Parts: sequence; C-alpha cells; structure tokens
Amino acid sequence: MELLYFAWVRESIGLDGERIDPPADVRTVADLIAWLARRGGGYAEAFADPARIRAAVDQAFVQGDAAIAGAKEIALFPPVTGG
Amino acid sequence: MIRIAAGPEDFDSAALVVALEALGGGAVATFTGLVRGEGGLTGLQLDHYPAMTEKVLGVIAASAMERWPLKGITIVHRTGLLAPGARIVFVGTVSAHRAAALEACHFLIDWLKTEAPFWKKEHFADGGQCWIEARAEDDAAKDKWV
Repeated sequence: MELLYFAWVRESIGLDGERIDPPADVRTVADLIAWLARRGGGYAEAFADPARIRAAVDQAFVQGDAAIAGAKEIALFPPVTGG
Repeated sequence: MIRIAAGPEDFDSAALVVALEALGGGAVATFTGLVRGEGGLTGLQLDHYPAMTEKVLGVIAASAMERWPLKGITIVHRTGLLAPGARIVFVGTVSAHRAAALEACHFLIDWLKTEAPFWKKEHFADGGQCWIEARAEDDAAKDKWV
C-alpha cells in the first residue's frame, strides 16, 4: 500500500510518502502508526503522540480503529488547519 | 451551482461575487480570508492533500445545499506560499433571502477550517517556521452547526 505524509508528519519523517508492506498483525490505522513509530528516528518523532495524528484510508477520513486490509492509499497527517 | 477550486493561483474576489450575483438569487453572502502579517510573519505556507481536497470541499458544499435553499456556492482555497495580505480563501453563497445566504456562508467557513485537508505553516523574518496548531475553538465553531 501507498503511504502519504503531510505537514509536520512529512517533515519529521523526511518523505512525502512511501510504499509499505506491513506484517499481518498490523490491522488498523492505530496499529500502523505504532508499527511505524517503532522504526525510530523521524518516525518515532512524528508518531510520538498518536492522539495528534489524523488519517485517511483511500481518501476518506477514518478513526484509529479503521481496518487497513486492502487499502491502496493511507494518509497520515496532523489535525487540519485550513480556512 | 457549486463551483470549487483549490490551487496556487490567486483569485479575483470581485469577479467571483459578480458570478454569484448572476445566479438569480436575491442575496449573496461572501467571506474572504487573508494572510495576517503580524508578529514578523513573512509568509504563510498552505499544504494540502491534492487528491482529497476538492472532493472534501464538494462534500461540505453539498451538505450546505441540503441545509439551506441555495442557488449557488463558490469555494476557492489557495495553496503554496502566500505573502502577508494575500487572499487565502473565498466562500460565497447565493439564496433568495439573506438569512440562508449568511448562515450557509458562516457554516461553510467553519466546516472547511476543521474538515478540509489543508495545513498552515508560518514563516518569520528571523527564519523561524512554525506549523499552526488546530484550535479547540475552531472545533467548537464547527460543532455548533451539528
């Protein structure tokens, strides 16, 4: 699946996005965030406080308990601040 | 008629108003958001999620169309690095009467502040940069419409 990062999540990690193939026990968005945080470095920094992360699966906003199986595109980002 | 755009190009507020006035309503309400040049701010960077942005703005506009008897909605949101005083966002509504136009315009700007995938970063004269944090009062402003 394709991961996309925005705003300070992108800056901490140093990537706009990447292709990932998470293990089978990574079932939800919250699992994915925890799995990425364990990579350390910028990932640990970006995902130090999962409560500050919002997500979209296949371009629809979801909560942390959303399943990721079969997703093509998952975006992780801070709460939005447009307008 | 719903008109939605997101991108780096500037927009002509007057032309957008004139287009709304031509839709046959009796009332046009608009909101224009500008970059505040305070505290040594030299620029405001607007990031967005391009594949999702116009889709989300369309959903927000459609929900306003369901709630109020509107003849038209225009939402234009800029992206990229904007200078102090620059236009960021335009929201305009047309209805037969003022209450629906004004309320729908207020609803749209409250919703897009908390629901549309944009992120603002401030750039300062001393080289400092800072991502703007989401504000609880913006969520409260949105929630009053629920």
